[in-house]
Amino acid sequence: MNVMEGTPYALPGATREHEELTRTWAPASGLLRWFRQVDHLIIGRRFIITAFIWFALGGLLAGLMRLQLAVPENTVLSNDQYNQVFTVHGITMMFLFAVPIMEAMAVFIIPLMIGTRALAFPRANAYAYYMLLFGGMMVYTALFLNMAPDAGWFNYPPLSGPAFSAGKRVDIWAELVNFTEISALTVAVEIIVTIFRQRAPGMSINRMPLYVWAMLVTSFMIVFAMPAVMVASNFIGLDRLVGTHFFNAAEGGDALLWQHLFWFFGHPEVYIIFIPALGMVSSIVSVFCRRPVFGYTAMVLSLVATAFIGFGLWVHDMFATGLPQSGESFFTAASMMIAIPSGVQIFCWIATIWLGKPSFRPPFLFVVGFIAIFVIGGLSGVMVASVPLDLQLHDTFFVVAHLHYVLIGGSLFPLLGAVFYWFPKMTGRMMNERAGHVSFWLVFAGFNLTFFPMHKLGLIGMPRRIYTYLPETGWGPLNLLSTAGAGVLALGMLVYFGNALVSMRRGALAGADPWGGATLEWATASPPPAYKFLHLPVVHGREPLWEGPENAPVVTGVSTKKREVLITRTLDAEPDHLYVYPGPTVWPFLAAVTTGSMLVAGLFTPWAFAIGTAALLVFMTGWFWPTTKKKEGEAPPNEGAAAA
Amino acid sequence: MSERATIDVSALPDHGFGSRSVMWWATVLVILIEATVFVATITSYFYLQGNEAAWPPPDTPLPGLEWPTVNTIILLVSLLPNQFVKAAAEKMELRKVQIGMIVADLIAIGFVAVRVLEFAHLNVRWDSSAYGSITWTLLGFHTFHLVTDLFDSIVLTVLMFTRHGREPKRFVDASENCFYWYFVVLSWLPIYAVLYWAPRIL
Repeated sequence: MNVMEGTPYALPGATREHEELTRTWAPASGLLRWFRQVDHLIIGRRFIITAFIWFALGGLLAGLMRLQLAVPENTVLSNDQYNQVFTVHGITMMFLFAVPIMEAMAVFIIPLMIGTRALAFPRANAYAYYMLLFGGMMVYTALFLNMAPDAGWFNYPPLSGPAFSAGKRVDIWAELVNFTEISALTVAVEIIVTIFRQRAPGMSINRMPLYVWAMLVTSFMIVFAMPAVMVASNFIGLDRLVGTHFFNAAEGGDALLWQHLFWFFGHPEVYIIFIPALGMVSSIVSVFCRRPVFGYTAMVLSLVATAFIGFGLWVHDMFATGLPQSGESFFTAASMMIAIPSGVQIFCWIATIWLGKPSFRPPFLFVVGFIAIFVIGGLSGVMVASVPLDLQLHDTFFVVAHLHYVLIGGSLFPLLGAVFYWFPKMTGRMMNERAGHVSFWLVFAGFNLTFFPMHKLGLIGMPRRIYTYLPETGWGPLNLLSTAGAGVLALGMLVYFGNALVSMRRGALAGADPWGGATLEWATASPPPAYKFLHLPVVHGREPLWEGPENAPVVTGVSTKKREVLITRTLDAEPDHLYVYPGPTVWPFLAAVTTGSMLVAGLFTPWAFAIGTAALLVFMTGWFWPTTKKKEGEAPPNEGAAAA
Repeated sequence: MSERATIDVSALPDHGFGSRSVMWWATVLVILIEATVFVATITSYFYLQGNEAAWPPPDTPLPGLEWPTVNTIILLVSLLPNQFVKAAAEKMELRKVQIGMIVADLIAIGFVAVRVLEFAHLNVRWDSSAYGSITWTLLGFHTFHLVTDLFDSIVLTVLMFTRHGREPKRFVDASENCFYWYFVVLSWLPIYAVLYWAPRIL
């Protein structure tokens, strides 16, 4: 590769530094290299691909449901199969795709965007990846064995309790939560520490790109929301495995306790999926309108406000449970209040587009699609936030329409835009623009055809989670329309991912900065070398690549012989000290195998947790035990970059 | 190729204690996660209490108070060697760190031994009522977090006796381990109050 790419004013000795850094940061090689990688670019790429594979499987399940509902009294799926399919569709999209893909994008992009050479705690990152992989494998194995969870993605007791759900199906749900939340929490900690302590000198907290702010806020939400669902899933697991009575009303338990714990996680979860997308939208809007996003401070405050209010909404998912009216009024008010920060952001983007020179290339098109769809989803959200209307529409297809408008509109559209936008950074090649346009219009049209009719279906009384319906209900035509729309949507997705697969090999070469980007990830080659930046950058403003003088100062004196990163101060990003991260190792994989075996064995006996914890402690000791002085942080001799 | 201004960082130290270190931040976040687990569990405790006319439920004796009180005193005493190790680690005094960590580990092992007696005197089974379930689970969560940290401390203690013990990074680890122990002690106090005093007072 060209050493000078992305660093037009290289220092003397750059070639020697390039060689040493390449050796030091070389990825694992040899037969077992797949199990030993720790670099955030390699793990991030893997994370993204794995999450999209779960997305594709979840999408296939959605297609099965649409086929089944296309006409009245259809027999594609049996009652029991339908229950498993909609449950696994839900947990796939929420636990295995939405949160992991948002974290995975950050794992790849954030260290580049803030100008550092590694994600904090690279081995923990590998561990988090394997946990996601094994969790998904467990669920889909269960589905093929006809023992997948079937009590809905939110798994309400008493239906999910031992009395009404015999067998192991619900236990699979409970263990999947453990897999995915361990993974999500680990990555959240890494992202927060990386953002707080590894920003390029000069990138004070008021100069952080909005995407970095969004991921910081999201990660904190994960830290406070995910433990609640882990507590809940352990309660239900214990009820089913050792006979506790958390949700058994006969012995003083309470099924509503489940709903409180679940939605204390479940509602913030929506914002955990949505806020990263807001950051992606800000990045894309700014680059494709050729100007900084309007109202930086208002945008940041809105992100933070959304996160706080997001924790005060959970009861609005429980309006139909007979809670006191004063409580319901409070949560209605909070639910309407969250429209304020969302509105502020929408208006800031509109102002940015208005004041800028928008160019409607595919990433920006997906953002425009996001604004249109999300506004509709927001409007139906304000509708169901009102208690009387919610009581009418609860558990109908109106809610299905609403949540897909919010989640697909609010999260998937920006994500598809972001993957198109950062694809060149990940692969070194561009995705095809024409195919990008085609896929956008197919997805946009298909999405609206699929989900808009569901508003009407809900209003005329079609409940959720039914596997079939009678012809006399009159729901047939709209369902058929919706199924046809799902076909168009699926075609759009095929074009999008086909484009990605072909472009990975044959796309036009991108170069370091194909879009004229503003942020630091565009200041290094595409794909970046293993050491990320030849000289660590120094930042002077919010859009370093647009504002910085061509010959901006860089950092020297970071070791080229160790995997050393520069630790800077949390608020002002002044250099503080240097810190060495470890290299490739197989321990995270072994620890994840042990954790996974423990969770799967825990389906059958509580002793698995005692034995598993003991085994895990041994593996963790191997993980943390320092390698010999000579090797610490240093690459084994001459592992070439070719092995990547 | 033109001249380019630089910031030379080669003179910076290779470690930092407290809020300067990445380990400190990771420890704080783990503490936040575990604290949220405890808060959610304690909230569930009082939520379930609201369903019962009497707490503990009729015919269930109160949990024994002696052993948990002994344990609380043991934990408070453990703060002394803990602070001793933290101060010594930040001055990188290897011998003091080694001795202090052995003392702290022994006290923690004593705590775990008394914990077994605590379980034996809860006077309720986990499967006899929701009260029993939440009592066992709250004490169980705390024990799990205690045992894993104890194991971690023992590994670190052994490490301090090897040649790796002299590296600045290890002293940072020792200091952060003490920082975490403060959380172990402080989080126990509300759990002690909930499990053993709430059924007596409320």
